[in-house]
Amino acid sequence: MIDSSKGLIEIRDLDYSRGHREIFKGLNISIERGKVTAIMGPSGTGKTTLLRLITRQLVPDHGTILVDGIDIAKLNQRDLYKLRRRFGMLFQNGALLTDINVFENVAFPLREHTRLPNRLIRHVVLTKLHAVGLRGAADMMPAELSGGMARRVALARAMVMDPDILIYDEPFVGLDPISMGVIVRLVRKMNDALGISSILVSHDVQEIATVSDCSYLISDGKVAASGSPDELSNTSSELVRQFMHGMADGPVAFHFAAPNYAEQLLGRDVE
Amino acid sequence: MLRETWYTLIDFVRTFGALQLFFLRLLINSPTIILRRGGLVVKQVYNAGALSLVIIMVCGLFVGGVLGLQGYSNLLKFNAEDSVGTFAAFSLLKELGPVITALLFAGRAGTALASEIGLMKATDQLSAMEMMAINPLRRVLVPRFLGGVISMPFLAAIFSVVGLFGAHIVAVNLLGVDPGAFWQQMQSTLEISDINEGIIKSFVFGVVASLLAVWEGYNAIPTAEGVSRATTRTVVITAIAVLIIDFMITASFI
Repeated sequence: MIDSSKGLIEIRDLDYSRGHREIFKGLNISIERGKVTAIMGPSGTGKTTLLRLITRQLVPDHGTILVDGIDIAKLNQRDLYKLRRRFGMLFQNGALLTDINVFENVAFPLREHTRLPNRLIRHVVLTKLHAVGLRGAADMMPAELSGGMARRVALARAMVMDPDILIYDEPFVGLDPISMGVIVRLVRKMNDALGISSILVSHDVQEIATVSDCSYLISDGKVAASGSPDELSNTSSELVRQFMHGMADGPVAFHFAAPNYAEQLLGRDVE
Repeated sequence: MLRETWYTLIDFVRTFGALQLFFLRLLINSPTIILRRGGLVVKQVYNAGALSLVIIMVCGLFVGGVLGLQGYSNLLKFNAEDSVGTFAAFSLLKELGPVITALLFAGRAGTALASEIGLMKATDQLSAMEMMAINPLRRVLVPRFLGGVISMPFLAAIFSVVGLFGAHIVAVNLLGVDPGAFWQQMQSTLEISDINEGIIKSFVFGVVASLLAVWEGYNAIPTAEGVSRATTRTVVITAIAVLIIDFMITASFI
């Protein structure tokens, strides 16, 4: 029985390191049912890694991730796959299968998981492609698509199984303004009309402000701030203000740690 | 120095153990894929086998031609040039057919498999399948592995047949060896165990070459450099493994 009083996804005291680099250190996030939750943060903070942890493509060093109250670390492969059928994920680069065309890419999960007749599969696939504006590209191969088109096809594929939770990894990168507007509206509309929950990782502060109900800003392996887009915009935290308003100066350094610039140019750092 | 050697040894044992487990997983999943997803296997037999036919046949023809030339010129010293057919048949069926086919297979189909799987990994296609609750081992790796295993014995047989045809052209049509002697001596000397040796070798090489190709592709570091390194390793390791195993199988038949 689903306990609706708790968050759909609960991340508690999560630690994760890659090699010697600590990505997360005591991370706590609660993703609510039926909401669009955005995960934001400067480059390299591990936003994509977090999505991979939520879907158990990676396993945390410490801490728990509960999906509907189930600790995903304890699932065997069969149960994990059963759970993943409730997820739809849009990868940063689309991750379309390159040896089959657009139509077959979208039909792929249906063909693998169902025994639906071809006529019905065609109907469902064309509906999803129409929603992302690419019904006309059904016969094209992934190599013929632009980056933005590939991501829209991947979005159609992510929603073809009517998932409960849709995960978007940088969905707005590389989209032209028209497609961007359509996708932003689509994310919101799907979430509300189908009653699903959405997790969105993005840098695009403006779009996130339009579409999300709640945002988490991650920095230094922890949640630096959370709240509605308005709350984040009006915060007094310097870090949040720097990120939300795209300022060069602030707690987050633009430059990666490096020796003194002048010393390095003069070659003194190698002595 | 001693410590480094020790670590290398440990690393090798670990990798070898992981390879065996991987092989076991492929074998366990093979019957289901053959029975339920035969179409995927047929597609891979086409990719690994049918698309390798041209290179196998061209190489077979010329290797057979060289055997005809070498056999004739050397056997002539002993007035035994009529035995050139037997010489070519033994060489091709027992050794050159399976071994050269395996090396060519590693170069053509093995590299294609390793780079395809490596690139699928680098472009998140395998992760996407995982996220769609589709096991990439069953959907991608097992059909490709089986495609190679099924193709190899046929390719080796075709190599040997075309090789014999090449030897016949050179020895009989060009150098004037009696065609009756060419075939009759071959027929009377060759035994079924000689042919079996070739079949067993080609099957084992098929398993080894396909296993190493999918293993290297699946474990490739997901970058351009990682995939290129995996592709190179596929050819090098397969060649070494095939030659070592060839020695072992030959020794067991003597």
